[in-house]
Amino acid sequence: MSEFRRTAYVNARLLDPESGLDDFGSLLTEGRKIRALGPEIFADGTPEDALVVDCGGRCLAPGLIDMHAELGEPGAEYRETVRSAGAAAAAGGVTTIVALPNTEPVIDDPAMVEFVFRRVRAVSPVRVHQMGALTKGLRGEELAEIGLLAEAGAIAFTDAPHPVARPTVMRRALAYAGAFDALIIAHVEDPDLAADGAMNEGEMASLLGLSGNPSVAETIMVERDLRLVELTGGRWHAAQLTTAESIEALRRGKYRGLDVSAGTAPHYFTLNELAVGDYRTYAKVSPPLRDEMDRRAVVLGLQDGTIEIISSQHSPQDVESKRLPFGLASPGVIGLETLLPVSLGLYHNGHMSLLDVLAKMTINPARLLGLEQGRLAPGASADLAIFDPDTPWRIDGEKLRSKCANTAFDGLMVQGRVWRTVVGGETVFDATGEDDDNA
Amino acid sequence: MSIPDQGADAAPFPHRHLLGIAGLKPADILVLLDLADRYVDKNRAVDKKMSLLRGLTQINLFFENSTRTRTSFELAGKRLGADVINMSVATSAIKKGETLIDTAMTLNAMHPDVLVIRHPDSGAASLLSQKVSGAVINAGDGSHEHPTQALLDALTIRRRKGRLEGLTVAICGDILHSRVARSNIWLLNSMGAHVRLIAPPTLLPAAAERLGAEICTNMRDGLRDADIIMMLRLQTERMRGSFVPSKREYYRFYGLDRDKLSAARTDALVMHPGPMNRGVEIDSVIADDIHRSVIGEQVEMGVAVRMACLDLLTRHLTAGRGAA
Repeated sequence: MSEFRRTAYVNARLLDPESGLDDFGSLLTEGRKIRALGPEIFADGTPEDALVVDCGGRCLAPGLIDMHAELGEPGAEYRETVRSAGAAAAAGGVTTIVALPNTEPVIDDPAMVEFVFRRVRAVSPVRVHQMGALTKGLRGEELAEIGLLAEAGAIAFTDAPHPVARPTVMRRALAYAGAFDALIIAHVEDPDLAADGAMNEGEMASLLGLSGNPSVAETIMVERDLRLVELTGGRWHAAQLTTAESIEALRRGKYRGLDVSAGTAPHYFTLNELAVGDYRTYAKVSPPLRDEMDRRAVVLGLQDGTIEIISSQHSPQDVESKRLPFGLASPGVIGLETLLPVSLGLYHNGHMSLLDVLAKMTINPARLLGLEQGRLAPGASADLAIFDPDTPWRIDGEKLRSKCANTAFDGLMVQGRVWRTVVGGETVFDATGEDDDNA
Repeated sequence: MSIPDQGADAAPFPHRHLLGIAGLKPADILVLLDLADRYVDKNRAVDKKMSLLRGLTQINLFFENSTRTRTSFELAGKRLGADVINMSVATSAIKKGETLIDTAMTLNAMHPDVLVIRHPDSGAASLLSQKVSGAVINAGDGSHEHPTQALLDALTIRRRKGRLEGLTVAICGDILHSRVARSNIWLLNSMGAHVRLIAPPTLLPAAAERLGAEICTNMRDGLRDADIIMMLRLQTERMRGSFVPSKREYYRFYGLDRDKLSAARTDALVMHPGPMNRGVEIDSVIADDIHRSVIGEQVEMGVAVRMACLDLLTRHLTAGRGAA
């Protein structure tokens, strides 16, 4: 049965960031796994029993791993559900989502991890991994049950979108998590300095009369955490770096040999504070969009590998939490479906090779999280994203599949469209026959 | 009735006070253990009373609540014939440093021959010893030392295993705050045992690896081939998230249960200084397993060890007396 069902993806541009493979050829899946791939595997013809999918020369890459997204369940089902987020992910070529624990109730109890997994098994078209809370209730005071949560399947630990304010708590968390080899993901922002800053501190904020969130709030938190990692030896990852100074701080930390890493999100290397424009609350994110020099520094950090990971930071916000004066609106943007096309901008603008861009969303998060996905190799999961990297289209928030439309990229012209998404050998998204009026 | 040897062949114990294990040489420890061994027999006899310390005054000065240690010292003194006074001093309302010295001076005026002190602050016993003319025995100071506990642990082990040298001893639990752990590390290292410390990283002291012990944060790894397992008490206020997330998580990863115990040697002994948190650091079944647990025996050894300490520290006063 499906254990042995074979599908031959032919006429594809195979892209595997792990091995550096970038060549035209074919890929054969058998059941849930990749059986073979390469330019010549079907030299003697495709297997008779295999379903043949002609990719038409499109790119075939490992399905994307988005390691930072809010799924809305439990507690915010009116904003997003495992099902709607899964549909958005599948349409974006994302085959694995790593979910934040900032749900209601917070995922700080092993039973909550099991709850999410039950929901995922029942309704999600894509894989979902769950992060556990680092501290109870994300309050930044008492350690969460990191060991029991890890046993229940929590893949990493974070208080995001909140920072861990107290250095003693972060120190103990790093030390304690070290005994379980658990990864801590930090929202790096000094809460005292960031305070109620509505947007990036600077000229733009001054002109708009909005309170500013200074970039030094991020620098100080990165510097603090790096010192604590040096002291405790824990595994630490910054959920997102957004400023030139904080990226430089991480660069120096890595140079000192620390086991640290960082991610960023498409809006931080695509947009700057000017996107806030006339108080556009859909451009309100935490940390805020920075100035142009910071945006360029993020691109540079991605180029030189200081930043290894791109994640969507998908945070669905309903209209009621965004249709407010800028200072009162909730931060957050959706991003599962636009992760790939917006990130491909790095390739189209000549900043990075296609393989290097894909690595930030496939093999790099897979390695950091210890996942077997994110690679094209015989025996690996048949999680695939097949896309045309050049197809131009205009992003329309209302047409995205998330239950919320709060994209920061509304109206943006991008290139690159997912044609088909496969999870464990099963097609979970197929654009054939989709109307293309989004283009 | 065996009589503690007071003859010319008795090894000298060249110390005025017993403030910690750190100041003792292996020979000093052996003298204490050998003498304590003989008091064990004496304590098992019907007539446990001796007059060796007749006329001497022992004051138990406890700034911290304690039942078993205080009782053990009291019994040790009484069995040796000393006049024993207990003083419990609540710490909450007093300015510790000042009061400690004041109390010491006051007590000193009453000419006690032995002062047994327990205090929540590290170094308190040492401070007291500088101010009084009698012998001071540290019955636990802060997170520093608890020498008689380490001695009674060593006596228990030696009587069961026949030796200390070459044994692998795993000390598990709240090492960070434990005076018992520190005294045991000193003593066991000094007697040639191999010490392992097992704890979550948040309960290990800084630079723990430099205390002369192997560090393990995984309990099964730490218990592998252990001859002795010393469990430490975890204070409840430390299991609510600041040091470890919860009791149940602590029990799952650092509580001694059958599964983890199976990593140790099949004849490994289980020890605990008491009082135990059953279901937190130790499974009830193991605590009560007469083939494994020597927790009751530790209490018995405690009295004998304290008698030996009182005896040796007062020899300059009792020279020439017999214990008959």
